[in-house]
Amino acid sequence: MKFSFSEEQEEFRSVVRRFMEDKSPTKEVRRLMATESGWEKEEWFQMNKELGLTAVAIPEEYGGHGFGLSEQCIILEEMGRSLLCAPYFSSAVLAANAILYGASEDQKTNLLPQIASGETIATLAFTEENGHWDTLRVQLTASEKDGKYKLSGVKSFVLDGHTADLIVVLATTHKTNDKPELSLFAVDGGATGLTKNLLNSADETRKLARLEFNDVEGELLGSGETVEKAMQTTFIKSCIGLANEMVGGAERLRQDALEYVKMRMQFGRSIASFQVTKHRATDMLADVELAKSAAYFSAAAFDDSDKDIVATASIAKAAASEGYMQTAINAVQMHGGIGFTWDNDTHLWFKRAKSSEVFLGTPDYHRELMVQSWEG
Amino acid sequence: MALEEEVIRKEVRVWLEENWNVNLDLVKWRLRLADSGWGMPNWPKDWYGRDLPIGLVPVVEEEFNKMGALTIPKSGIRMLAAATILNHGSDMHKEKFLKRIVTGEDIWCQLFSEPGSGSDLAGATTKAVMVGNKWVVNGQKVWTTSAHKAHWGLLLARTDADRTKHQGLSYFIIDMNQEGVETQPLMQMNGHASFNQVFLTDAEVLPDFQVGDLGDGWQVATTTLMHERRAADSLRSWGQASSRKGRIYDQEREETETTMEPYKWYPQRAGRVDLILERARETGAIKDPTVRQEIAKLFTLHKSAEWTARRARAAQEEGKPQGPEGSLGKLAASNVARAAAKVHTLISGADAMLSGEDSPMEGIIAEILVSFPASSIAGGTDEIQKNIISERVLKMPKETRFDADKPFKDIPRNTVS
Repeated sequence: MKFSFSEEQEEFRSVVRRFMEDKSPTKEVRRLMATESGWEKEEWFQMNKELGLTAVAIPEEYGGHGFGLSEQCIILEEMGRSLLCAPYFSSAVLAANAILYGASEDQKTNLLPQIASGETIATLAFTEENGHWDTLRVQLTASEKDGKYKLSGVKSFVLDGHTADLIVVLATTHKTNDKPELSLFAVDGGATGLTKNLLNSADETRKLARLEFNDVEGELLGSGETVEKAMQTTFIKSCIGLANEMVGGAERLRQDALEYVKMRMQFGRSIASFQVTKHRATDMLADVELAKSAAYFSAAAFDDSDKDIVATASIAKAAASEGYMQTAINAVQMHGGIGFTWDNDTHLWFKRAKSSEVFLGTPDYHRELMVQSWEG
Repeated sequence: MALEEEVIRKEVRVWLEENWNVNLDLVKWRLRLADSGWGMPNWPKDWYGRDLPIGLVPVVEEEFNKMGALTIPKSGIRMLAAATILNHGSDMHKEKFLKRIVTGEDIWCQLFSEPGSGSDLAGATTKAVMVGNKWVVNGQKVWTTSAHKAHWGLLLARTDADRTKHQGLSYFIIDMNQEGVETQPLMQMNGHASFNQVFLTDAEVLPDFQVGDLGDGWQVATTTLMHERRAADSLRSWGQASSRKGRIYDQEREETETTMEPYKWYPQRAGRVDLILERARETGAIKDPTVRQEIAKLFTLHKSAEWTARRARAAQEEGKPQGPEGSLGKLAASNVARAAAKVHTLISGADAMLSGEDSPMEGIIAEILVSFPASSIAGGTDEIQKNIISERVLKMPKETRFDADKPFKDIPRNTVS
């Protein structure tokens, strides 16, 4: 197992970081988060033309670069660090993996190259209004008539669901005389009968949508056991990806807070000289470094086909969720009153920490998943 | 390096083939190691070593292991004594002490901590006064491992209270077998007595036995402490004596047992995460949703800490500069120990009130529950660790001090000791 990054990976990281620092300063984050779409096409195309970030983890036979999850996690960490406003997680992580593991060969050849190039922006609609992250309670139904599938029901908490060109939908299929089974469908973002509503999200840098399906036509990608497995793998990779995105944000918050206390003078001395501040800063370092270790390890473990990957992914997600949120709380505290103002940037990451803590399951949920996997 | 490594490998092998014998007496064997320099190959040629670069020592150790050959006793305080003597000692010290350290004939102890100064070691008040042609020492030392068996002690004592705290200390080697040295076991809250208190009442030290110059005690002590930190990292690897047959192995087993006796509760101190799942299944506690959450919290911490240590090691092996991850191990270990004790309590329920034979696993669980607080104190408290990390890694300014620039006698002392 790898416990360090190669020179090529480090080089790649610095290229991505430079790009993000250039394209996503907080002024730009604030501008984009206030828009309805939450991102802009021009920047997105530039990112994919110059760096090909959406293509990185897609296999070469489907128009990608064929790198592993570890490389994609470097991108995600840097995006989390800079709070980049772009539909990367929805398209290149959630949707791309659902298609990669759940669709037929022809469909992959058809759909993935466009996601890899960034021309198609896709998302995965799997959660519903009950907010459950598992696949056991999918109520949206698909019915077959004359070889065509029509979808009816509601999906919610769909990342970038209001702007995606292609929506991969998890549904329960009712075929005549057969038991209902889990299926994945590809639905056009502009399909007839589809109503898309942007939800008010606390974290404005992460846009969530509620999608209502009224007899919407969908293309069947796969069903049954294949889809169950595809959803599990997609979920694991997404949790690992999100964990890496989170540690990027946590590290940035930690560094900013440290810089702030070093320049702040009160009671005639640097507040960074107070033990109470130093000990908090050390706790923050430990929270972030331990979460980073889990995030990095989980990505390498996935690429190495580690047997304990279910628990490992959940450890990474839980550690990053707790670590990021705690770091955000500490970062506000270290800034004092100014840290609670809108003008100070801390709250941008604080809110991302909160949305990431919940998205794909809270730490409690992942802790339960860990123990289930160890029970065998 | 590769060529040099092969040459060394061959040299060790040839020497071992000629000299190693399982029926030798342990001390006689180690005398051969001292004479040849193969016991401590990175030591100077003049002093029982071979001047090998430290990077080649593992190569020598590997050859010893292949042959099953024993090496010198690396446990206890004696290696700290050796490092200090090699760095700061006189030729007389090297002549008198190093050989018997290599053979393991002498046991050493460290007389630094005092009841009035633990984390603040430089606040030592044990006094050494020159009377006639001898130093006369009075004071009390504490947390002294093996003091009751030791032949020699590394002593930090105040020789000048008119100078500042750090400048008024000197470093001595004291003969532990004399009338003025009284040793008492120090019973811990877990019932073990791994350490001693040492009462020094007009104990004597010859002037020759001073290490470093007068007033340089703190600097010399820093060398000892630096090696102590390194030794703590390798504690686990010493504890394992070979199970092979032969007179020399029997002698080594006995030696290891004696040295490791004070440390036998250390696994419990660390929280025994390895027992958690087994205990949870056995007791059925694994079905309890609250316990499941706590188990998973513990493992998240434990695994993240383990992977952090692996990151630090990987960076070291690849010769990369050490990142912040390398300094967090001890703090993480304290947190793991605390969390593990909490989960063991949850799993054991009412049984967690019991001790000894009545406690689950013949007292192991009870021992965990009363041993874990040592993790966040021994070898540098969590608070001191956090000061060090914030100053060295995070580059935060030092706390304002009140003891640095004034004579030691004017620094406020404990009001109750």
